[in-house]
Amino acid sequence: MEDFLYSVRGLNVRYATRSGDVHAVEDVSLDIRRGEILGLVGESGCGKSTFGKAIMRMIRTPGRIESGELWFDGADLMTYSGRQMQSVRGGEIGMVFQDPMTSLNPVQRVAEHLTETIRTHEPKVSELAAMARAEELVEKLGIRRERLDDYPHQLSGGMRQRVMISLALALRAKLVIADEPTTSLDVIVEAKFLDLLRELRDEFDLTILMITHNIGVVAEVADRVAVMYAGRMAEIGDVYGVFAEPKHPYTVGLLNSVPNIDLDEHDLYKMEGAPPNLLSPPSGCPFHPRCPKAMDICAAEVPVLHEVVPGQATACWLYDGVGVAGG
Amino acid sequence: MVENLVEVVGVKKWFPVAQGFIAGLTGAPKEYVRAVDGVTFEIRKGEVFGLAGESGSGKSTVGRLVLRLLDPTDGSVVFDGVDLVSLSHEEMRTLRHRMQVVFQDPLASLNPRMTIGQAIEHPLKIHMPQLSAEDRHARALEMLDQVGLAPPEFFFAKYPHQISGGQRQRVVFARGMITAPDLIVADEPIAMADVSVRALLLDLMMELKDEFDLTYLFITHDLATAKYVCNRIAVMYLGKIVEIGPLEAVYTNAQHPYTRALLDAVPVPDPKHRRTEPLPAGEIPNPINPPPGCNFHPRCPIAQAGICDGIEPILLPVGGDPEHLVSCHLRTGEYQDLDPFK
Repeated sequence: MEDFLYSVRGLNVRYATRSGDVHAVEDVSLDIRRGEILGLVGESGCGKSTFGKAIMRMIRTPGRIESGELWFDGADLMTYSGRQMQSVRGGEIGMVFQDPMTSLNPVQRVAEHLTETIRTHEPKVSELAAMARAEELVEKLGIRRERLDDYPHQLSGGMRQRVMISLALALRAKLVIADEPTTSLDVIVEAKFLDLLRELRDEFDLTILMITHNIGVVAEVADRVAVMYAGRMAEIGDVYGVFAEPKHPYTVGLLNSVPNIDLDEHDLYKMEGAPPNLLSPPSGCPFHPRCPKAMDICAAEVPVLHEVVPGQATACWLYDGVGVAGG
Repeated sequence: MVENLVEVVGVKKWFPVAQGFIAGLTGAPKEYVRAVDGVTFEIRKGEVFGLAGESGSGKSTVGRLVLRLLDPTDGSVVFDGVDLVSLSHEEMRTLRHRMQVVFQDPLASLNPRMTIGQAIEHPLKIHMPQLSAEDRHARALEMLDQVGLAPPEFFFAKYPHQISGGQRQRVVFARGMITAPDLIVADEPIAMADVSVRALLLDLMMELKDEFDLTYLFITHDLATAKYVCNRIAVMYLGKIVEIGPLEAVYTNAQHPYTRALLDAVPVPDPKHRRTEPLPAGEIPNPINPPPGCNFHPRCPIAQAGICDGIEPILLPVGGDPEHLVSCHLRTGEYQDLDPFK
């Protein structure tokens, strides 16, 4: 029996626009295993960030969760009240976004960010005890105690991102949703941050959902990878398996178009066309208009995500009838 | 004999730090951000010259100095035999059509109230006022076709917000190409594009280069991307070039500890090759008071006390290769025997 911290079933998210509903997330089911780093990748507009927000029920009008089940650690989040969700967000589920400067309060010292977070969620903790916890925490993240007196603008980008993580850890989050956490960082700082994430996962028993467009980052840090395209899940599986033998033609194209610093590597793959308009997505498989292997059925029917080799599932008609026994 | 299109010699750009009123009265010493602090290199005709570094390394400032969008504090920039710093603004203007620039964000580079066609025609109005409106229109359509925006008539009438990000960057390239420049300074031209679009844009850059005999200064933070287009590359750290040479020499035989760290830190899209090398300690120091000696020494794993923290290294050839230069006491020059890893 696998231990899932978060299970999403049949999630549909829509954004209402004047021209009709945008199908940002379309029938996505996903399990996040306890203790894993799951990389969720895709290009702009594929719905990955909307998915990240939806599982915290942070979709605001004109967006809405049309349907779906959200099971977090045994609890059905769809039945939670607004107030209950507030204590889950920032509590058991922490968040780290791309630009720490817009997530931190510019007129609040780092220490106040931390103590306020702790005391909002745990009002019984004294200011002094909260401060002690803050000090201990930032030191674990490689920030000197004195820097707690600094304002966000006095910190470097890498340090600000560490502060964001410390805010998530301050309340002993079980799940951290990191949306493009390293995109504003330089490579060396990024590499250090990824090292830190791995250490934290081990030390705090964290589960991390890492949402990113950067395939290299996922290869570097994730245990499993999920690939989204046009609001749907195209492929999901063990990171070694997916990178060694991607099944979905979109994953194949995506991986081959990533620049690789290795001088012996192949030329870059040039994917034809552009992602579809989600106001009126193509019929059948959303990738079929760009797919080099498209068949008649691809335009007619939506393929179902199913396991095709152990630990790797894809939504593609090429693998119809191919599958793992019982999978 | 390969000719140089651009020669940058000992260029510095120091930006004064804003001072308080009291500090000004008391005559406190003026402080400067040393964005570019003595940089020398040449860009050869027909090559793609890469300039790589992290944020704050000064790479974009160098790009602006090459275009003389900024005046250097010291040193000279020679473009096709002409010293740009000696030119008046009027003389500079007549030279501008020969050098164009492409920035990272095409939406910020395009006027939202001009159609694509108007944007591409605009440089012709400025640099070739003798052309008739029909000629301009015809040239703009031709250029749209060149950059792969077909059918050109369709795109001509569109506004920037009506097309995709990749298409917008194609428009910016078309607008740059319309004056038939010799040099394109491309500052992170594909950084905003999605992975599947990047390869197509790099392809376009190389097609245009062949078609129009272009020379590129390619400024990037992404060494993995630079690999696909650059002939030679320079790595900058804190306003200085630490290593420069043919792409292959720098990538396969990197000498400067910073170049190595930068190459190691690039995430490889293959989970079987996860990074194991240690990363340099600390962060990039303040460019107002850069460390003495080699400015990388406080973070350097092989720095030697008494040398690296006191004497400033200069760019010297690696081994016998006059093309591959590195600025490190322990790799070239009189102290290289002290290298603990040799």
